[in-house]
Amino acid sequence: MSTTAIVQEDADPRASKRQSIFSRFIRTPAGIISLGVILFIIAVAVLAPWISPQDPNYVDLFAAKAPPSAEHWLGGDSTGRDILSRLIWGTRTTLWGALITIVTALVIGAPAGVVAGYFGGAFDRAASWVSDAIQAIPGMIILLVVAAGTRQNFPLLMATVGVLLTPGYYRIARARTLTIRNEPFVAAAWVAGLSHPRIIVKHIFPGVYAPIIIQTALAAGIAMGIQAGLQFLGIGSANVPSWGAMMNEGFRFMLTSPLLLLWPSAALGVTIAALAVMGSTLGDLVRVRTPSAGKKATAAAATANAAARAPATGAFAYDADKAAVRVENLRVAYATPSGESEVVHGISFDVAPGEVLGIVGESGSGKSQTVFSMLDLLPSGGRYEADGIVISGRDVAKLPAKERAKLLGSEIGYIPQEPMSNLDPCYTIGFQLMQPLRSVHKKSRKEARDIARAMLERVGIADVDRVMKSYPFEISGGMAQRVLIAGAIAGQPSVLLADEPTTALDVTVQAEVLELLRELQDEFHMALVLVTHNFGVVADICDRVIVMRDGDIVEVGEVRETFAGAKEPYTRDLISASLDGAASRRELDEEFAGKGANAQPAAQGA
Amino acid sequence: MIAFIAKRLAAGVVLLVAVSVGTFFLAHTAITDPTVGLLGTTATEAQREALTIKLGLDRPLIVQFWDWFSHAAIGDFGTSWRNFQSVNDQIAIKLPVTLSVVSFATLLTAFFGITLGMIAGLNPNSMLDRMSKGITVVLFALPGFWVSLVLVIWFAVNLRWFPAVGYVQPTQSITGWLRSITLPAVSLSLMGIVVVAEQLRNEVIAVNKQDFVRTLRSRGLSQGQVIIHILRNACPAALTMLAIMFVSLLSGAIVVEAIFSLPGIGQLINSSSQIGDIPVLLGITVVSVIFVVIVNFLLDIALGWINPKVRVK
Repeated sequence: MSTTAIVQEDADPRASKRQSIFSRFIRTPAGIISLGVILFIIAVAVLAPWISPQDPNYVDLFAAKAPPSAEHWLGGDSTGRDILSRLIWGTRTTLWGALITIVTALVIGAPAGVVAGYFGGAFDRAASWVSDAIQAIPGMIILLVVAAGTRQNFPLLMATVGVLLTPGYYRIARARTLTIRNEPFVAAAWVAGLSHPRIIVKHIFPGVYAPIIIQTALAAGIAMGIQAGLQFLGIGSANVPSWGAMMNEGFRFMLTSPLLLLWPSAALGVTIAALAVMGSTLGDLVRVRTPSAGKKATAAAATANAAARAPATGAFAYDADKAAVRVENLRVAYATPSGESEVVHGISFDVAPGEVLGIVGESGSGKSQTVFSMLDLLPSGGRYEADGIVISGRDVAKLPAKERAKLLGSEIGYIPQEPMSNLDPCYTIGFQLMQPLRSVHKKSRKEARDIARAMLERVGIADVDRVMKSYPFEISGGMAQRVLIAGAIAGQPSVLLADEPTTALDVTVQAEVLELLRELQDEFHMALVLVTHNFGVVADICDRVIVMRDGDIVEVGEVRETFAGAKEPYTRDLISASLDGAASRRELDEEFAGKGANAQPAAQGA
Repeated sequence: MIAFIAKRLAAGVVLLVAVSVGTFFLAHTAITDPTVGLLGTTATEAQREALTIKLGLDRPLIVQFWDWFSHAAIGDFGTSWRNFQSVNDQIAIKLPVTLSVVSFATLLTAFFGITLGMIAGLNPNSMLDRMSKGITVVLFALPGFWVSLVLVIWFAVNLRWFPAVGYVQPTQSITGWLRSITLPAVSLSLMGIVVVAEQLRNEVIAVNKQDFVRTLRSRGLSQGQVIIHILRNACPAALTMLAIMFVSLLSGAIVVEAIFSLPGIGQLINSSSQIGDIPVLLGITVVSVIFVVIVNFLLDIALGWINPKVRVK
């Protein structure tokens, strides 16, 4: 990628985006085939007068229900008309009808959706209500009434189908517009003094057109299906060849001449299938553009290959039989389109029972991946290997997945980073605490309830009855994190893995939660592995610390020694970055003066 | 809760009135002289005039509307212009046929759509996911009546497993009834299965990526228990699709009913619209919209039960 590509993208995002999606679309087999089929069908429709071998309405009595022959390639229909010619002219009817429908739906639905999504207010409410009402109308009744009343005026009928399909366009355009309107760059454009029409053309339109094109492919297929259905029911002029009418005729004679049904059915099936494949392929391409799990992998991808198979970093502090956890030469890799990308390059460390080990590093250093590997819960596409992961004397890395999973919730507890997204929004707190106790620890309902309540009380929740009955969205972030801690320790694990347990919390709550973790770890004599990016947290509660950078361990040591004199410049940078600010400074001074626990009040004072 | 029900009920009544008024005037605008359809083109001018007076079509449209609306409001949809039978009775005879076929189709859709969507969503990009995606695209492509034709030829004509046409009352024979509605229900369900499966697959993939699923696993829950958590979070969109499908099929199964010669609502719509029997069409429209209102109401309650956060809004 050169800079010119970037400049182009800035100059006109629409043009480059369209090119890239289109060129990627025709490079997929499904894309090129479906596009080819559709172009062929359009060509047949346009060229019908020239390529049709005969007049579609010319009756040759000798050809009635005739099998395929040199004169009639596909045979003759029940009254002796040439099937191929009728099929070719029917293509024209079908495409013309679908075109009327999608233009109607597009012209009404898409602008209404953009305006409703962009301006909101009364128009939005009115238009959304009309859209819902149209969906509530029994569409076939309306179509048949229109057909009866207008003497089967087909263009008008297909326009009516278009009106019935407007809600689909309206909803998509409105939803996309709403999303884009809330983006900061739209607010910036507005502040910069751009007029609303200009913002819509420059910013909204490029985001709306792709889903609209996909919707159009699907709507065209639906329109063709409805059209053929109406013709099958006998609506439409008998002189205009149409696939639906041919199918009706085939249906009536299907026992004697099944070919009559085959040809138009195949034509309709292939056409609609091509449209559906095109729509779904385009949809996949557009969806792939939004970054998902790939982010983590690409962040480390640059360094991955260079560092691959380097010797393991880190060190052990205890004998193998004394450690609660011993991780040996752990590597984590993610599958990416360009092959596997390693994000943790072989690290070794251990934790003793009752010890608190901090894992510190910036985002993308591989610290969370290390925790997920120990849980055997890496996101999909992720894979780890290790010479050993010993937990409570057993090498769990060699266990089958089922056996391994049994350690979760009983031997290993896990406290996640983001409290609000880590509780199932559909169940009460009480249910979520009791379910593992009942199914994993085989407690009765009453026992489970008692334990859950005791745990909630233990983590400092005052109003236990209310919290047990609450749903996650009804409690605060700090309370949710306490609930998650209660859930992690309820199974009385010997190892507790906490992934940034305070990052998402308010500063005052952070200190309380850390204090709680320290107490619990002491009380249950657990080995606690605490992942953080913040050396302040390390200073607060950790005994030892390992520093990770780009998937390697760069420093291991006692917390106080590390603070006093880190060997690595990177560690010193991290320490000074974390402790930048008055309150943290004081915290650090106290850390040096006395014991870690004394730092508490200072942090609370901040 | 009472406020919620009252609000939904009021919104339903408004929708009902709006659609009724809209359909009434649309029908009378589209079908300018109903006597043409009712008497055919061979009728004399005098016959036409007599019928016009008999049906009250000589009155101003707004008077006709009020006459119809005031009766419909108390549940009386008047009499058919074709045979002067009660519209209510005609709908009451035809509705059970359509309801049984459509309910069966919805059950099939729910079962197969949810199973396929779950499997594909839990194993994205697996062989099975790709296969079901292929089937999805193909099934979506084919209109329901197209599939009906294939099913009739294959299972009814060639294999003779099911009757090709006709309807058996459940009071006559339960198995006969089931056999008579199986093929139509299957052909109506295919499109829905595809839509529900696709919808659920995408939702399952999205939910599966959420943090709380990892946390649930970390608590030691079994795969089955975790799947139930995922399903509950993922199902609202698919459930909405099911509801939409059910109500749209009540009046949208016309072609399939015609192929299988089922004496249901679709057939009544088809025959009534061909001759312009407006009272029957209006009656069916109102009944369909009543179903829309009821089903949407039940859907809201179900969605609120599934995800309590929705309840608050």
